[in-house]
Amino acid sequence: MKRGLEGPPPEERPTPAGRRNKQGIRIDPEVEATHEPRRTVISALVEHEPGVLSDVSGLFSRRQFNIESLTVGPTEDEDRARITIVVEEPDPGIDQVEKQLRKLVPVIAVRELEPDAMRRELALVKVAAADPAAVSAVADMYDATAVDSSPETATFEITGSRQKIEAAVETFSRFGIREISRTGTTALARGTDRTAAPGATAQSADEANHNETSQTADDD
Amino acid sequence: MSERAAKIPPAEEEQDGDPITDSAAPDAVAETADSETTDPVTTGAEAVVRALENAGVEYAFGVQGGAIMPVYDALYDSDIRHVTMAHEQGAAHAADAYGIVSGEPGVCLATSGPGATNLVTGIADADMDSDPLLALTGQVPTEFVGNDAFQETDTTGVTTPVTKDNTFASDSDRVGSDVSEAFALAREGRPGPTLVDLPKDVTNGETDREPDAPTVPDTYQVQERAESDLVAAAAERIENASRPVMLLGGGVIKGDATDACREFAIEHEIPVITTMPGIGAFPEDHELSLEMAGMHGTGYANMAVTHCDTLLGIGTRFDDRLTGGIETFAPDAEVIHVDIDPAEISKNIYADYPLVGDAETVVEQLAAAVDESPEATKWRAQCQQWKSDYSMAYDAPEDKPVQPEFVVEALDEATGDRAIVTTGVGQHQMWACQYWTYTEPRTWVSSHGLGAMGYGLPSAIGARLAADDDQEVVCIDGDGSFLMTLQGLSVAVREELDITVAVLNNEYIGMVRQWQDAFFDGRHSASDYGWMPEFDKLAEAFGAEGFRIDDYDDVADTIDAAIAYDGPSVIDVHIDPDANVYPMVPSGGDNGQFALAEEQL
Repeated sequence: MKRGLEGPPPEERPTPAGRRNKQGIRIDPEVEATHEPRRTVISALVEHEPGVLSDVSGLFSRRQFNIESLTVGPTEDEDRARITIVVEEPDPGIDQVEKQLRKLVPVIAVRELEPDAMRRELALVKVAAADPAAVSAVADMYDATAVDSSPETATFEITGSRQKIEAAVETFSRFGIREISRTGTTALARGTDRTAAPGATAQSADEANHNETSQTADDD
Repeated sequence: MSERAAKIPPAEEEQDGDPITDSAAPDAVAETADSETTDPVTTGAEAVVRALENAGVEYAFGVQGGAIMPVYDALYDSDIRHVTMAHEQGAAHAADAYGIVSGEPGVCLATSGPGATNLVTGIADADMDSDPLLALTGQVPTEFVGNDAFQETDTTGVTTPVTKDNTFASDSDRVGSDVSEAFALAREGRPGPTLVDLPKDVTNGETDREPDAPTVPDTYQVQERAESDLVAAAAERIENASRPVMLLGGGVIKGDATDACREFAIEHEIPVITTMPGIGAFPEDHELSLEMAGMHGTGYANMAVTHCDTLLGIGTRFDDRLTGGIETFAPDAEVIHVDIDPAEISKNIYADYPLVGDAETVVEQLAAAVDESPEATKWRAQCQQWKSDYSMAYDAPEDKPVQPEFVVEALDEATGDRAIVTTGVGQHQMWACQYWTYTEPRTWVSSHGLGAMGYGLPSAIGARLAADDDQEVVCIDGDGSFLMTLQGLSVAVREELDITVAVLNNEYIGMVRQWQDAFFDGRHSASDYGWMPEFDKLAEAFGAEGFRIDDYDDVADTIDAAIAYDGPSVIDVHIDPDANVYPMVPSGGDNGQFALAEEQL
């Protein structure tokens, strides 16, 4: 018996000219635009209750979102915590990060911060202190505060933008870095602009689609 | 265990308790609804059951066990009918199917540890298919949590990735409201599974707090209406379309938007395609219906979805089994995407017109905004041409083994228009999609996104209890799928459930065998059972009625007898073991290039 169904075989069928890219966006096959990953800061206001951090980190791992850092801490309201996430994703990915975060029930509000938002990170850098004067001079350059010293080591606290901390770490490295611990970025929006506030939560359909503005998160 | 409950620090009770009194006025609920007709609650477990009763729950599916015993003890005095299942996976699937057919969350219960982990498949299924489901799991007493106690599993940890939301109940005063809230969350917005983990000290603990009414928390917001300017733009696009299609997903059925979608399609004469969960959203015997698109969709649906210039997708998440390769999915189409979940917009397929909102509301908005029907006479003729070019007619020679398509059609013929079909997963599921003519919503019950073999029989049990008495419930199963959960027959017999199971038996994991023939040089590694128990006799051993079909001559009469039998019946249908499912779009392939036979793959 004949197996399968009747009908024109694939090669005899008309085929459309268009294509979509991997993100499901229709493209001109001649000039395929690609969405490059960019680094940005997403701030989420959440209910301060057990399990929220694990929900958020689980979401990132499950959906393969590329995160650079995630910090969490209390806010002016003791029932709420703020989570600050630095992600590196193409625009559609950033859009998904925001929307998937918003779907978690304990999450109150989510937004991507403007490129001019204030971003700060703290690092503890423990260096070999064979040459205390030179070490101290580098520390001064970066407004680093000595928090501990021993005959063999000196530990500094550096606060600032990610770039500043990376520059400091690089400069300190000539003395021999024994250990580093960094907090990851925390951030707030500037001026009266609210970082992620309840009320501004219902996502409009406009926002529901891709945000086409391409911001780059320059550290200040 | 009650002495442990007493150890909860009183300070914590006050802290947690006071805001509840302030904000939600449970006393009012208690006075008006409950205390006149029922006794006040005295324990956490009673509050749990009261929360279910207040939510209108009629059925619960579950399996007993140590840590859930207090809840079962409270259930003993309740009017909620508890169906004791043979396995927790079955409990979750039955509750899931109950939710699909009734539209209200199905409720399942299990104890801690293995009970909870056995539910996981069913919960994951509900998560993938956005089915309303509430799971209640027992847990070891709070003070043992984290100590690797007997039957302890981190249930909220395990289920977080596969639930819409879950809660670890930490307070006897609050536990009833936790259940109420979980019930509401399962149902509201985009439905999905929720879970409340119930430590034994919390359910045994004393409380007189009546549960709050089932409402979602403030942080959970649902946008019902799409923005009017986007609706206007989408409406204009529809008016100007020359090759429009509607693609109806499961959200159309869950959002009770079936009538609105039918009216819209018929009014504007737009051809209609469904996804697999969308089966039943549009009558498949209507001339505008192109039936299901995707991997095993009809040729005509796949041609139409590939060549359309405007795609109105409603309540669909553009799953890969539907789209095939993203690059070649509706590549000429501007996409109008209606979905209640903003995260589905442009997740897989970019939405040119994102309409976030409830399916029925948004379709009504569109209906009001579209003034002129698209001029698509030529397109409709093209679709009809494809329907004839790519007919689903199959070959069924008398001298060969019974073809499965024939059996599905015979079952359809023997039952009413509102009969409910449940399935397992595999070839039989696809034949059930393709060769049964669905005309009503909530009559197709299947495991779509998760693809969980073994779904068919337990879901038939849940569907039976949710269905009207005049609706037949038919489980079209495969031999492999049936073997996974057939212990559920004991439940169907004990509960005297009138269901008919037709096992399309080819003694293979047939879909795998089909793929091995196409992609693995016919090497039938672990797909060829070579032997199966005699399912009709097995059914008799359970106390069900057993039937067997070997020839075409047996088909009609045997099916009639099995359907007519008042109680669970099983037909062991020995089908052609070499039968394959076509059309077929290989994984990641181009929908328009579907294969009609193996050599085209």
